[in-house]
Amino acid sequence: MELLKGIAAALQAGDEEQTPVLIQQAVDSGIPAKQILDEGLITGMNRVGELFRDQEIFLPDVLLAARAMYAGLAILKPLLLKAKIAPLGRIVIGSIQGDLHDIGKNLVGIMLQGAGFEVIDLGNDVAPERFVDTAVKEQASIIGMSALLTTTMLNMKRVPELLRDRGLTGAIKTVIGGAPVTAEYARKIGADAYGYDAANAVEVVKQLIGRA
Amino acid sequence: MRPKLQLLTADLIQQILNEARTILAELGVEIHNPGVIELLAAHGAQVQTGRESAEGTVPGFRSGNSGTVPVTVRIPGALIDQALKTAPKTFRLYDVLGNQTHDFSGNNVHFTPGSAALNILDYETQVIRRPSTRDYIAYAKLVSRLANIAAQSTAFIPEDVTERISDSYRLFLSLLYCEKPVVTGTFTAESFAVMRDMQLAVRGSAQALREKPMTVFSCCPTAPLKWSDVTSQNVVDCARNWLPVEFISMPLSGFMAPVTLVGTLVQHTAETLSGIVISQLAQPGAPILYGGSPAIFDVRRETTPMGAIETMMIDCAYNEIGKHLGLPTQAYIALSDAKLLDAQAGLESGIGATLAALSGINNVSGPGMLDFESCQSLEKLVLDNEICGMALRLACGIEPRDDFPAVPLFEEMLREKHLLISRHTRKHLKTEHYFPGSVIDRSNRPRWLADGGKTLGERAHRQVQELVKAWTPSRLPETTKQELVRLMTAEARRYGMETLPDRDKGD
Repeated sequence: MELLKGIAAALQAGDEEQTPVLIQQAVDSGIPAKQILDEGLITGMNRVGELFRDQEIFLPDVLLAARAMYAGLAILKPLLLKAKIAPLGRIVIGSIQGDLHDIGKNLVGIMLQGAGFEVIDLGNDVAPERFVDTAVKEQASIIGMSALLTTTMLNMKRVPELLRDRGLTGAIKTVIGGAPVTAEYARKIGADAYGYDAANAVEVVKQLIGRA
Repeated sequence: MRPKLQLLTADLIQQILNEARTILAELGVEIHNPGVIELLAAHGAQVQTGRESAEGTVPGFRSGNSGTVPVTVRIPGALIDQALKTAPKTFRLYDVLGNQTHDFSGNNVHFTPGSAALNILDYETQVIRRPSTRDYIAYAKLVSRLANIAAQSTAFIPEDVTERISDSYRLFLSLLYCEKPVVTGTFTAESFAVMRDMQLAVRGSAQALREKPMTVFSCCPTAPLKWSDVTSQNVVDCARNWLPVEFISMPLSGFMAPVTLVGTLVQHTAETLSGIVISQLAQPGAPILYGGSPAIFDVRRETTPMGAIETMMIDCAYNEIGKHLGLPTQAYIALSDAKLLDAQAGLESGIGATLAALSGINNVSGPGMLDFESCQSLEKLVLDNEICGMALRLACGIEPRDDFPAVPLFEEMLREKHLLISRHTRKHLKTEHYFPGSVIDRSNRPRWLADGGKTLGERAHRQVQELVKAWTPSRLPETTKQELVRLMTAEARRYGMETLPDRDKGD
């Protein structure tokens, strides 16, 4: 449909003004909100993700597209709620206890938002218990943890342990990342996944929730 | 400010120039072309058969195929001054469609592939071999896609045509497959006519070609202090047809030139000035580049290392002398003596391109070249395109761009947590930072592994394939292309070659 294609194109261009205008037109013309979301916004953002992966566009372009998407979502959200359609997924992120570095984690959060996830960012120096408590309270399906130091990295293993203790393994999945972190370490501590950069984190999270 | 490399003081430049002028006035240059000798003599140069030495006059000898007797011509300072007065201080180049691509002035830097290699490095076999028409077409297509390579050169010599057209045939293929202007040259005096005629076919008239030149012809004196029949004739032919020339003086420090860099510069200066005199006497105002391809001589391996730091220092230094004379410049730099696309290839080309950019050499010939200017590599050309991009970025220097006052931007960063989508970032990102292609690996290790853990050579080859595939045909009118084919076919038939190699084979 031309209008939905136009929304995807406006999104790719990072057009924060045109995107909501086109979405309003789509709503007014009677296209269901779910279809506008899937074939306009999500399709557009997926294309943005591909272009970024192939180095055709750069990080700022992705973020501008994400900003345009949020401008458009503001119109769709009430309609989606009314139709009882859930967001792509809710994810709790933070830098692990003892670690004050958050640049990489912030980037992951921005990219996840851009991909249509609802992100709850707990900041840095986050205790394992707080990750789990927040995920339970907010009904998030994923916990994302970051560490820059080999010393703080060790604190991550407590989160999968807590989930196991509370019988939440599988219901709430864990993904970890950061400079010293490896896929092998993720396996070792029982985390569900490892992302080696922000773009990869989005791919991995999508796989975890079966939306890749 | 534009960063700048300086190797010579003004006093030293003046001393070198004085010594070079004295050499031209007292020892002269040996010239093998009667027409050029006549031209110089008619303007007051002193002509003498053979060359004088401390032991007396060395008799002239019958040279090779031209049958001319070498003659020493002493060039007085007044002739040099006159030539320097008429030689243009700047000129421009245009692509085959007539769009400007080069401005040879100031410290503008333009890169072009190293020229006239005998061989190419075959990626599949990693063997150095003679190239074919098919290789040349792939090369021309590739150059059309390389953003930091401003011109083509007739980079290597296809072996599937008769040697008598091996020079003009390269220009033919270049004009047919790539729109960029061409740095070229002739191997015989006879080839000049068709190489000029092909350009006339593209531009339409001699006047249009004069106004918008599309080639630069490399013309090489022979060290020490000689001009062969063919190359000096070529200087005259180019000048009279208003085709730009770059003088390629090639002193060899320690062998066919003094071992010291200053001594080599004296010789380079003398040889280049003699070329400028010939050109400007043939046609005052004819465009020229003050160029060269000097090298030190490696007394251990009997070679001429283009990747030697001293070779590059001589290049950058004579560029300063050329600029002191107010002339646009050229050099064979940003190339390597390695036989493979290895670390030596990268480091020598990288240092050369960087120094060339810092020196403001106007026409830099070298990218793609390996093995002492004898081997082109398409994969290296792709890598060198990135080296050139980085060097050009360096030459742009560091300038304030909406940076003052600084507080508002820092307030924005503290407020927004990052500046990734700041207006300031969006405005300046793509000019402040150079973005290399996929041959340069900037992935983190897991991403690099996920992409196949490829070596530089593999990445370069992949990019060669992608770029050649992405080629779009030259927008030269079809009738012009047909005329080029007609001219080239007629030239080939003159030398007994009835048909040109199949250009569609393997495309």
